[in-house]
Amino acid sequence: MKYNVKILRRERGGSSSFFDTFCYSSDNNADTVAAMLTALNFRDELLDINGEKKRPIEWECSCLQKKCGACAMVINGRPCLACDAVLSALGSKITVEPLRKFPVICDLTVDRSIMFENLKNLRLWLRSDADINDKCYSLNYESSECIGCGCCLEICPNFYAGGKFFGMAAVPLTMRLLTESEIKECKDTAKLYAKHIFAGCGKSLSCKNVCPKGIDTEKLLVNANAAAVWGKRIK
Amino acid sequence: MTERYVNIIGAGLSGLSAAVTLSRKGIHTNLISLQPSERAQSVLAEGGINGALDTMGENDTVSEHFNDTMKGGCYLESESAVRLLTENAPEVILELYRLGTPFNNENGKLSLRNFGGQKKKRTAFAKSSTGKMIMTALIDEVRKYEAQGFVQRYPHHELVGINVSHGQLRDITVKDIYTGEFYSFGGCTILCVGGLNGFFEGMTTGTTQNTGNAAALAFNAGVRFANLEFIQYHPTTVQISGKRMLVSEAARGEGGRLYAVKKSGEPYYFMEEKYPELGNLMPRDVVSREMYFVTHSSEYGGEVFLDMTSLSEEIWQNKLSDLRKEIISYMKLDPKTAPVPVSPGIHFFMGGIRVNDRHETNIKGLLAAGEAACKYHGANRLGGNSMLGAVYGGKTAAETAEKYADPSEKICLSQYNESVSSPSIRTKLRDILLGGLGIVRSENEIRQMIDKLNGLLSREDLSEIDKMRIELGLAMAESAYARKESRGAHFRSDFPSSSEKFRKISVVSYKNGERILKFISAESEGE
Repeated sequence: MKYNVKILRRERGGSSSFFDTFCYSSDNNADTVAAMLTALNFRDELLDINGEKKRPIEWECSCLQKKCGACAMVINGRPCLACDAVLSALGSKITVEPLRKFPVICDLTVDRSIMFENLKNLRLWLRSDADINDKCYSLNYESSECIGCGCCLEICPNFYAGGKFFGMAAVPLTMRLLTESEIKECKDTAKLYAKHIFAGCGKSLSCKNVCPKGIDTEKLLVNANAAAVWGKRIK
Repeated sequence: MTERYVNIIGAGLSGLSAAVTLSRKGIHTNLISLQPSERAQSVLAEGGINGALDTMGENDTVSEHFNDTMKGGCYLESESAVRLLTENAPEVILELYRLGTPFNNENGKLSLRNFGGQKKKRTAFAKSSTGKMIMTALIDEVRKYEAQGFVQRYPHHELVGINVSHGQLRDITVKDIYTGEFYSFGGCTILCVGGLNGFFEGMTTGTTQNTGNAAALAFNAGVRFANLEFIQYHPTTVQISGKRMLVSEAARGEGGRLYAVKKSGEPYYFMEEKYPELGNLMPRDVVSREMYFVTHSSEYGGEVFLDMTSLSEEIWQNKLSDLRKEIISYMKLDPKTAPVPVSPGIHFFMGGIRVNDRHETNIKGLLAAGEAACKYHGANRLGGNSMLGAVYGGKTAAETAEKYADPSEKICLSQYNESVSSPSIRTKLRDILLGGLGIVRSENEIRQMIDKLNGLLSREDLSEIDKMRIELGLAMAESAYARKESRGAHFRSDFPSSSEKFRKISVVSYKNGERILKFISAESEGE
């Protein structure tokens, strides 16, 4: 199948973006956007649809199997992982853009460090040895699956980088902490959660179906709110 | 008081373990990595981590873990190091549990599963995403030390230079890949840069972040490497878009069976028939080799399948749910109802930077840990020992590094002549190495590989880093050539038996533009 791929690009240090369009052919129905980007960059000479020479496309990747979150980008308008976006399911015209909520470094590479800073600001670490009990096990496990890709922030109407609202990306690890600790030990985190998550969440739940890991964001939010804001025991 | 620093390159399991250990000692660390820890290869580890916790009523002991590791590695690892590793293994796992790793457990008692090359249940696990779960817990712990100011992360920085003089590390150079700026960091450094999978781009189960350049820089700076001929082909991998995907050994640990198809159409459970005691759970080198032979025999259909269809609902739900999701997602088949076609793929490098039991390299002030280091796994690593080696190795390296820690100097370099590798040279190097370093090797193939590598090295259009990569590639090839025996993952069709003469570690050093290969005793601290 032949694909016409429009990629939104930006020079390093540049302030304006532009589209480059490339042709890509693949007979492999399982080929992903990640495989396509790799193949384009491995061409001896990367030519666009008009035969003009272009520099390699910058993007981040690591595991190529939905386990690390590195390759999050916006594909045909939807935030997702490039390694999870199968070309044949996207149609012959594909648009690839960087996540828009984060500063663009170059092309599809964005700086998501604010996400990790926010986790630090919420003081997300254990204060004493973990207490992993059976009742909370599945909630704990699901929370620990978060890959920190940022897709949930991309789609959230309330999140912007540097804002007071930290967004869904901070919820799983808050949940993990709450399932493994006594609430009295992490009152400071609960307070920060109320301020930086609960107060800013518009409950639109746009993050509900966007997580590449299939994390049930609503369930995590409900439980984290109950524990951190209302002091209730986690069910 | 003046703050003392250690540089850690790599923020995967061994790097994080080192950072936590040093922070607890009050030593500061510069934690330098290409991407954040969430993207490290360690999150891909699936099946579990070994330690003789003996929670399953099988009377397991540390000495059995030691014996299995030595035997699995074909006695090429240092006994003293493996003894320390296995003695410390239960505490390593319990510490990770205390840090909140959601290991499968029953009322707080850790569950253990069977893994290859081990007769007793010894592998602690968190379903089939053990690496991810451990990493999440360790990242949280490191975050605490970041907030306290002990850990300074450099999460989009690449190692581009190692400066050694008179056998001592002077400084390292890193590039901020976001800004393009270069920095030099003085002081002691621990290399936690992973294995050599960057030499086999697209053909391994590992991360694409690993280019192999860090290892090539170290080799060219005079760091000794060992056992480079031993490359682990994991028996059960599948080709997906852009890489090999691992089907965890846990699948067989929980009852999955390998079979080939006879001409009559009947399944041939070759591992169970040939190895009645451990069957499908023989060490990985043995299983991969048997798969190679069965698929190259005209008596069978050329494919091997992993049959997990008889596993119970309980196993699918509580132990392998992630694995099932992955197979459905990438292979469009449900392993609960259909056998999975599998084949061996490059998964782990037993060889790497030679370190002593304290994880020091031959260069003073430079240490190594995790898959980057060659220490515990001999000629073939047992499943479940990788994460153990990474966490324990990172901790040990950090304990050693404490004495080298000193006030760090970070200097922004106004100019640095960076060398960049070319995709086409990388591909050529990969293809040549693949041609000679397969599961079954012969002198002919290895000779050809060496000739081609020398040809590639003589090209005039090579960048410095490409030259360095080819030099290390040659070191791998020459190690495979020199080991005229079969042992563990190194199987020579022209020398199919093991030879006592070669119960030695191959060590390669690079000096004045020459590679020098020696075979030395596994217990030797020198060389």
